[in-house]
Amino acid sequence: MAEVPSYLSPTGQEIVFLLLGAVAVGAALLVVTTRQLVHAALWLVVCFGALAGCYLVLTAEFVAWVQVLIYVGAVVALLLFGLMLTRAPIGRSADLDSGNRPVAALVALATAALLVTVVIDGFRTAYADLTPGRGAAKELGSSIFRNWVLPFEALSVLLLAALIGAIVLSRTDIRGR
Amino acid sequence: MEPVLAGYGGEMSGYFGAYALVAVFLAIGVAVVAGALFVNRLLRPTRPTPEKLLTYECGVDPVGEGWAQSQVRYYVFTYLYVVFAVDAVFLFPWATVYAAPGFGMTTLVEMFLFLGFIALGIVYAWRKRVLAWT
Repeated sequence: MAEVPSYLSPTGQEIVFLLLGAVAVGAALLVVTTRQLVHAALWLVVCFGALAGCYLVLTAEFVAWVQVLIYVGAVVALLLFGLMLTRAPIGRSADLDSGNRPVAALVALATAALLVTVVIDGFRTAYADLTPGRGAAKELGSSIFRNWVLPFEALSVLLLAALIGAIVLSRTDIRGR
Repeated sequence: MEPVLAGYGGEMSGYFGAYALVAVFLAIGVAVVAGALFVNRLLRPTRPTPEKLLTYECGVDPVGEGWAQSQVRYYVFTYLYVVFAVDAVFLFPWATVYAAPGFGMTTLVEMFLFLGFIALGIVYAWRKRVLAWT
């Protein structure tokens, strides 16, 4: 265990991490509060980008670029196509609130409280040094193919199920017996 | 990366220095584009007329709304892209380790099992003529 430096003199990395975290939270709030649907998807790009920056600062290099490729690239494209399928107008829409706002806020706060409690309880004042190279593709590869092969294979089945589900839902001529 | 940065000393080399350099270049890129637009706004005259504010559509007056509901079939193509992106992401860590000592044949088979499951989805899409452009 590395020696714990003082919290009162933050390093450059810590300041950048905090700023990126603030950007991520702010963009996430805008995603759920904006009145324009397409803007919500674009704010999601900012949020995911800031999260990728956080990963980079934490030296999780490979995860950061995966975040950019999968979330900023593919998932947001999927969301935008999902929006284009609906009849949603491109401008402001007044009826975006569903009336579940208090319940949704409650669930979000409860989830956040649970996650924060688990992280604080699990790690307390544990301190990990930021060593570049620990998050490289090679380290991740040896971890996946030594310890996490079953989740990796299960993921392929999940992707297959979702792909077939999307095909069946998008076609009207494929029916169950 | 080392030879390029060697002359710059400690500040811009290493993991954080290299990414700081990336951030600096990103900031310069944003500043160039934003600056060009801003200077443009300062220099140009602004005399809007309703005719000028129309959306340009090949020189013909635009018809209808800018929003058109798209077909659901495009969603499957986007989803195929997501599947391939996830697929490609796992190939990178695999490619760095499968030839290393202690991995070998098992790791090779595991990856092809993964690819095989996803290929089943592609075969299904192909058999259901999702990929045909009609």
